[in-house]
Amino acid sequence: MSHYAFSFHGESLHALPSGALFWPAQSLLCVSDLHFGKAQRYATRGGGALPPYETHDTLLRLDHDIAETAPSCVICLGDSFDCLGASLDLDGSARDWVLRLQAGRRWIWIEGNHDPGPVDLGGTHVTQYASGPLTFRHIAAAQARGEISGHYHPKMTLDLKGRRLSRRCFALDSDRMILPAYGTYTGGLDVTAAPLGTLLGPQTLCILTGQTAQPVPRAR
Amino acid sequence: MHAPHPLITAWFTDQGWSVHPHQRDMLARADDPATLLIAPTGGGKTMAGFLPTLSELADGTHEGLHTLYVSPLKALAADIKRNLRRPVEDMGLPIRIEDRTGDTSASRKKRQRADPPHILLTTPESLALLVSYEDAPRMFKGLRRIVVDEIHALGESKRGDQLMLALSAVQGMCPDLRRVGLSATVEDPAAIARTLARHPDPCEIVLADPGPDPDISMLEIAEPPPWSGGNAAYSIPAVLAQIKAHKTTLIFHNTRAQAEIFFHNLWLANEDSLPIGIHHGSLARAQREKVEAAMVRGDLRAIVCTGSLDLGIDWGNVDLVIQIGAPKNVKRLVQRIGRANHRYNAPSKALLVPANRFEVVECVAALQAVKAHDLDGEPRGTGPLDVLCQHILIRACAGPINPPALYREVTSVGAYSALSRAAFDDCFDFCATGGYALRAYDKWKRLQERTDGTWALRDPRAAQRIRMNIGTIQDTDTLKVRLQRARGGKPLGEVEESFAATLTPGDTFLIGGQIVRYERLREMTVEVTRRADKKPKVASYMGTRFATSTQLSQRILRLMQQPEWPELPSATAQWLALQRRVSQLPEPGRLLIESFAHDQYAHTVVYGFAGRNAQQTLGLLLSKRMEDLGYDPLGFVATDYATLFWGLKSVTDPQALMDPRALEHGLEDWLAGNTLIKRTFRASATIAGLIERNLPAQRKSGRQATFSSDILYDTLQKYDPDHLMLRITRQEAQRGLVDFGRIRNMLERTHGRIDFRPLPRVSPLAAPMFLEMGRVPIKGAAEERLLAAETERLMAAAGLT
Repeated sequence: MSHYAFSFHGESLHALPSGALFWPAQSLLCVSDLHFGKAQRYATRGGGALPPYETHDTLLRLDHDIAETAPSCVICLGDSFDCLGASLDLDGSARDWVLRLQAGRRWIWIEGNHDPGPVDLGGTHVTQYASGPLTFRHIAAAQARGEISGHYHPKMTLDLKGRRLSRRCFALDSDRMILPAYGTYTGGLDVTAAPLGTLLGPQTLCILTGQTAQPVPRAR
Repeated sequence: MHAPHPLITAWFTDQGWSVHPHQRDMLARADDPATLLIAPTGGGKTMAGFLPTLSELADGTHEGLHTLYVSPLKALAADIKRNLRRPVEDMGLPIRIEDRTGDTSASRKKRQRADPPHILLTTPESLALLVSYEDAPRMFKGLRRIVVDEIHALGESKRGDQLMLALSAVQGMCPDLRRVGLSATVEDPAAIARTLARHPDPCEIVLADPGPDPDISMLEIAEPPPWSGGNAAYSIPAVLAQIKAHKTTLIFHNTRAQAEIFFHNLWLANEDSLPIGIHHGSLARAQREKVEAAMVRGDLRAIVCTGSLDLGIDWGNVDLVIQIGAPKNVKRLVQRIGRANHRYNAPSKALLVPANRFEVVECVAALQAVKAHDLDGEPRGTGPLDVLCQHILIRACAGPINPPALYREVTSVGAYSALSRAAFDDCFDFCATGGYALRAYDKWKRLQERTDGTWALRDPRAAQRIRMNIGTIQDTDTLKVRLQRARGGKPLGEVEESFAATLTPGDTFLIGGQIVRYERLREMTVEVTRRADKKPKVASYMGTRFATSTQLSQRILRLMQQPEWPELPSATAQWLALQRRVSQLPEPGRLLIESFAHDQYAHTVVYGFAGRNAQQTLGLLLSKRMEDLGYDPLGFVATDYATLFWGLKSVTDPQALMDPRALEHGLEDWLAGNTLIKRTFRASATIAGLIERNLPAQRKSGRQATFSSDILYDTLQKYDPDHLMLRITRQEAQRGLVDFGRIRNMLERTHGRIDFRPLPRVSPLAAPMFLEMGRVPIKGAAEERLLAAETERLMAAAGLT
């Protein structure tokens, strides 16, 4: 696999090119900001009817990562659903698909600002989750150490000989790591823009998603 | 026959004027359902359009709205208001005239809906907005006439389609509405007449005396033009001499960037400090208004400008028009020339300045076309479906709609007269449910059927969001430029986002004729200072580039077939002769392909003469073909007449390279992932209401909540490739940025007749292409390699490995 392996608080972690994080020692796969049901919530608010394929597309990629890493535990790091009711509105085939992925492994839904309550799909619902030196929560907390979070949808733009290329990315400094959004219908916040710019330290490393996961220091 | 009202006749007599024959004709046809007037600039066109209105309103008995006037520009509506109020006041007519555009205050707009004036001057977008209100029938009650000004400019764009759809709705409220179109000289008046009239009503065409032929020639300059480039710096002294010899000169450019550079150079050489201004669409409104006001006062000797001055605002004293760079399009050239000598029966005076040697040929061809009255134009095709989708939503805002009745109304618009019911239903379904293969929105339809068979907005609040997104003009992604100051400095204008992205602090660039220094980007605003400590390193921004029209390209090809060229300057004639000797000149019914080695690389030039956009697309398609055929291409550059490729291996089989079926396939397949197509999709999806440009302020959430339209495009490609929006995108790709239609025409024209010329060295015709800007490195595997190299370099530079 074309992942990028690195060490974080003494643990060896893999940033997958899809934007998922894998922790081999714990057989743990973590994805953030799936935003299931985004198209539908957009429509309920009187906007246009966006192509209703984003949940399917997100599940397809998640299915692939689970097949590749065969984790014993999956953590969805918050904003898994674009709104609290979205889990109820998932169509039958998507529900079945989630249940199939959950079979035979632990599944942890961490609550996010979009989905701050329990969902009626299997799995455990928690506000945060700690394992060894690492803590998983949706929004980065001040002063936290060894923290894995999501929420900000980091992305990075590179200037390649006059051609601009923008990619979703992991962003990590010595204290925390912020995961890219995994959902298909998600935008991004540049790693240099507020508040990401100040949340992360001067020695921030970004890991770009794409065909391969590629590390690059954040430009100042 | 309607005679002009005595008050009007008296006013004409007082002015010492007589009513022009075409103005009489317009009065005579005042009761016709539709009339198109074709008249040159300065021919009293607007007065001709309004005379019947003034006559009908003269007795003061009409209540409410009588005449709606629509123009493509807000400024033109304001200009006409001034120019119409004066005679109306002089004549003592009891007529209220008001304008209504994006600049009109909300309170005035509200009052206009409750108590409309007799004559309302507006724009297509403002009219579409009026049609979307529930009380539209009350406002339009009593409306008798609609005057569409500069209809030639609207007729070729989606704004025109939107206008005509809005008109069909107004006509439904006022069945006796009569339509008048005012147009500059065009190649096919009948086509515009069909656009204007309610289908299948007849539309009489009134042709005004076109006036004497323009006095147009090339500006004589001793020095020959350079081989390449577009800034025409060599012409500065000659242009300054012309400015001195005339009262007021308009200096037209094809792009904003060229206008900025020329203006800068002009001032460097302007030792007498002649008052010269600059005007283009990217300058801040205040800047533009300042220049316009100075122009009206007669304070300026010259204005360097772009298409922003193309339309008929009356500037008074212009006595010379200079066109810098090849005109690309004969019709636009003629309309620009018309801006000089704004007096009936006096010839307009214009000079052409080619910016490089190839443009000399193009300018001579354009001069011949003007003399022969051979104007160009592309047939418009049927009405675009994205505009129809927006219209359906607009109609739904005004109240429940009945699909069969709306279909009948829509097909009364000329451009949509051949629209099938099935195509209409597709658009309707898209508006109602999204029109996806997967029926996901049964609960959340945008439009919902009611028990009486009509359809209405499910959520009435959606009306506000739809109204906020009315319009078909696509702003490219631009960033505002401001002087740096504590509380937001003076706005200077806008630059394209892609250009802003290339700036690093300290870089200098030209905007509004001044050199500014890039300091930083703050909240999507480019902050600059006037610390112009070095020459502008970066030459402004790209702007829109026009492609040379099909007709003009054909004329150039024919010109090249002459045995010799007495009409061309000797430097250019010798250049063509040399090309004929060492290679050959391209022929109209054949495709010339040259192949030669240069600078270690194999080069291939395809002379398609299909215009810049199509040659660019051909570059993308052929680079894929070359990759497949094992020629290892590395990059290409396109101009209006050819595409130049470089790579590792020479082309050996030109027939296989140009295989039409493979090219068609490439459009469907490979080009589908291209940025140009994605940009085309975004434009159409925005017009059709899938993507919202503007959101209600309270809904504006963090930037991470909005995602790129490219994601929607990729998702549709993957899961719903036959969706209406993708069909519209493929349709749109036939013209515009992608312009595949012209590649197809080129293939049909040459029909496999290829002149393949392997040469020992660069040919004379190909040489200037090596100096062209805008080289495109070939994508594909190369991009990942570039990315890997760059990330590695950055890691190493940061001491991380």
